[in-house]
Amino acid sequence: MSEHIHTTDGHAHGEHEGLTKKKIWQVFGILLLITVIEFFIALWVLPHGYMSHMVGNIIYIGLTLLKAFYIVAYFMHLKYEKLGLQMSLTVTFIFIIYFIVLLLIEGGYLQLHMPFQ
Amino acid sequence: MDSLSQLDQVKTTPWSGGRSPWSVEYGKIMMWFFLLSDAFTFSALLVYYGAQRFSKFTWPDPDLVFQSIPGLTDSGAPLVFVGIMTFILIMSSVTMVLAVEAGHRNSKKEVIGWMIATVIGGFMFLGCQALEWSHLFHEGFGWGEIPAAEHLEHFFSGEVSTVATQQFANLFFTITGFHGFHVFTGVVLNVIILCMTIAGVFERRGHYLMVEKVGLYWHFVDLVWVFVFTFFYLI
Repeated sequence: MSEHIHTTDGHAHGEHEGLTKKKIWQVFGILLLITVIEFFIALWVLPHGYMSHMVGNIIYIGLTLLKAFYIVAYFMHLKYEKLGLQMSLTVTFIFIIYFIVLLLIEGGYLQLHMPFQ
Repeated sequence: MDSLSQLDQVKTTPWSGGRSPWSVEYGKIMMWFFLLSDAFTFSALLVYYGAQRFSKFTWPDPDLVFQSIPGLTDSGAPLVFVGIMTFILIMSSVTMVLAVEAGHRNSKKEVIGWMIATVIGGFMFLGCQALEWSHLFHEGFGWGEIPAAEHLEHFFSGEVSTVATQQFANLFFTITGFHGFHVFTGVVLNVIILCMTIAGVFERRGHYLMVEKVGLYWHFVDLVWVFVFTFFYLI
């Protein structure tokens, strides 16, 4: 395998700040808290009608993206990688955003123009 | 300064060759780009789910479809079981990070302990998913199968649609199945890494980079679940 090659990489690796145990449990707490908020919205706020489902869905997606940020940035260590790697792994999702917009518009069009099934 | 050392100087910038510009080991970069392609696959499935949902006037209400805790109650507990599953997966992600952290300190014993915890978490999640799937099968859901028309009203809070129910069932089993397959693969990889750690392979190698690479995959599985959870169970 590749043991011989990464003597330099091993050195470079030491330059990253490692994640301390304290930080790990902190991120775990944040992820858990966000999930609890989602449950609170799903089981209490929405059934009581304090919020429209549209607003609820937007909040859900926002909280999901926040959770994704914490997992990718801290657990997957991307926050401590070089900018080039961060960019190549995140900017690529512009294609997915395009795909989402494209297909949701298509779906909305079908709802308007197809008979009820 | 002679011309030779000038040439050497030219080669010292990150992208001029002869070094790793991102300071990331080869296998780790490859794992990242594999995960990027995998993220595209999952995105495609979830975007198709969204498009189907947008195209239907009505859709099964997740609070009504998922309200059982297998073995405890058949109804009246929306989101509780999937909440437990989510907690298990987040928890096993944490034990994986702790294994990576122990690997940085070359502490073989701690890596073994946290890897065992991660494998247990993976099996627990798969067990929960098996229970949930079999519960839905018993209710009549499946690939190409939905409960009898007269029972469908139990799963809708508004108008009832057989087409929407069918799309929901197909996409639910396909997407959670594909995710479950990833969890299973991750557990297999974790077991292999655990055995290699116990055998002392990484100790002799002097670093625990393999634990980090498999850890990336494991966190990705957790990441996908975060999205599946939102789009299938919450929205």
